[in-house]
Amino acid sequence: MAILVVAAHDGKTVRSNVANAVAAAGQMGSDVTVLVAGSNCAEAAKSAAALQGVAKVLQAEDAAYANWVAEDIAPLVVKLAPGYSHVVMAADSVGKNVAPRVAALLDVAQVSEAIQVVSPDTFVRPIYAGNAMATVQTADKIKVVTIRPTNFKAVAAGGSAPIEQIGGEGAKGLSSYVGAELSKSERPELTSAKIVISGGRGLASGENFKLLETLADKLGAGLGASRAAVDAGYVPNDYQVGQTGKVVAPDLYIAVGISGAIQHLAGMKDSKTIVAINKDEEAPIFQVADYGIVGDLFQIVPELTAAVEKK
Amino acid sequence: MKVLVAVKRVIDYNVKIRVKADNTGVETANVKMSMNPFDEIAVEEAIRMKEKGAATEIIAFSAGPAQCQETIRTALAMGADRGVLVQSDTELQPLAVAKLLKAVVDKEQPGLVIVGKQAIDDDSNQTGQMLAALLGWSQGTFANKLNVADGTAEVKREVDGGLENIKIKLPAVITTDLRLNEPRYASLPNIMKAKKKPIETLTADALGVDVAPRLKVLKVEEPPKRKAGIKVKTVAELVDKLRNEAGVI
Repeated sequence: MAILVVAAHDGKTVRSNVANAVAAAGQMGSDVTVLVAGSNCAEAAKSAAALQGVAKVLQAEDAAYANWVAEDIAPLVVKLAPGYSHVVMAADSVGKNVAPRVAALLDVAQVSEAIQVVSPDTFVRPIYAGNAMATVQTADKIKVVTIRPTNFKAVAAGGSAPIEQIGGEGAKGLSSYVGAELSKSERPELTSAKIVISGGRGLASGENFKLLETLADKLGAGLGASRAAVDAGYVPNDYQVGQTGKVVAPDLYIAVGISGAIQHLAGMKDSKTIVAINKDEEAPIFQVADYGIVGDLFQIVPELTAAVEKK
Repeated sequence: MKVLVAVKRVIDYNVKIRVKADNTGVETANVKMSMNPFDEIAVEEAIRMKEKGAATEIIAFSAGPAQCQETIRTALAMGADRGVLVQSDTELQPLAVAKLLKAVVDKEQPGLVIVGKQAIDDDSNQTGQMLAALLGWSQGTFANKLNVADGTAEVKREVDGGLENIKIKLPAVITTDLRLNEPRYASLPNIMKAKKKPIETLTADALGVDVAPRLKVLKVEEPPKRKAGIKVKTVAELVDKLRNEAGVI
């Protein structure tokens, strides 16, 4: 069965989660094609062709695809879809925006945020913020699936798939991109960082996040936050780790002053090692932490920063 | 301009979810049900538009069993003008709901549809995008800010890495993200008034929509439990464990 992976990219390289989507696609069938649609996206197409397990890359050049407008991308995917058994996207803000539009135009159901491929038509996906796992089977001829990247081990580089140029479908004129306000940060992006440090309400102010920044810089870690900290205005909303924010699964997750609400746990419980720092020893976060330390974060974090420095 | 909002009846977000012993679903008997929180944000946004003079009438739509009337009543108590319920005892999946919504949109001709970005039960995040696709309308998903004027909507969207601004043509479908607004509580007088507001009841058959589920749920299970680890006494002990036991720093 041939699988079409639709890849988001920045013009130069495909997003790192495309390697996870290709891995998931490889479990649904053996013939994986990656679609790279964009404006001047030759470099991105090359980066997709370099992923192992990719049989072919389709490069669709069209000015309409420059900013991932769903209304313009979806018709292209719909046109290609009949040649494939599955259309797969990473469940990031691009995949979540585009995939359901594609599914509805094809008159098929979508499987959202699959975390496991049981068989080519059967998937496991979290429901109720990860408090239950549903195994669902789709009978549709074309299966539209978004996958949760952290649950599929990324394929390595080293492939060299052929790149085929295909035309675009032009712009529908329904939606236009005005601009972005992206958070500028020197730190690694949350969903791809090996270490993530997150702060919660316990930090008590945005100013106090500086404590975590210092530690994050020492460890080369990404910085996250609980929904409580975001809602309190301590940090911008793209810091949010949880069911309604970002889902992360780093090697090390350090939760500082986070009680561990269900919706937060859903976003980080797949991390390899979890450390919790909290003054309340009854906090639910300790139930998922490999190493817990009960105490005042304002003492512990600087101590930890100093200790990490001393090799 | 008419604004249509869709509201879903879901298990209240404060209720602890229990998976049924026979693994067919989650326990819903004797469980508190409420309006999906993202849909409350959709209702609030429509009311604010009406208060600013940008909307003339707000229609609250729901689909599902007869009890969805209560969810529509909540929207009416917040400030919606009238309700439309598509009554169905079939499990309604996102594509089916999008088709039902399309049928009602064809009838009512709203200039804008606002829905929650996802429901907190099935977490699908599909219905708004699917509706926009079926109507051939533009979509402003994961809205953090919405400004409607002169046949267009400026939408600030929550995306990976920050925010994105788009300008879309009306009519359009908007899906709400958490920070679009803070929904109001219905006051007692408004709850009383809402009882007199009309709710029209329709069926999928009458609308000519096939709502048969496309996805078959084979089983629903508890998520794998992560075991609690150990508590360490000192930072030195923690750093030692992270370096030598877990090997992560």
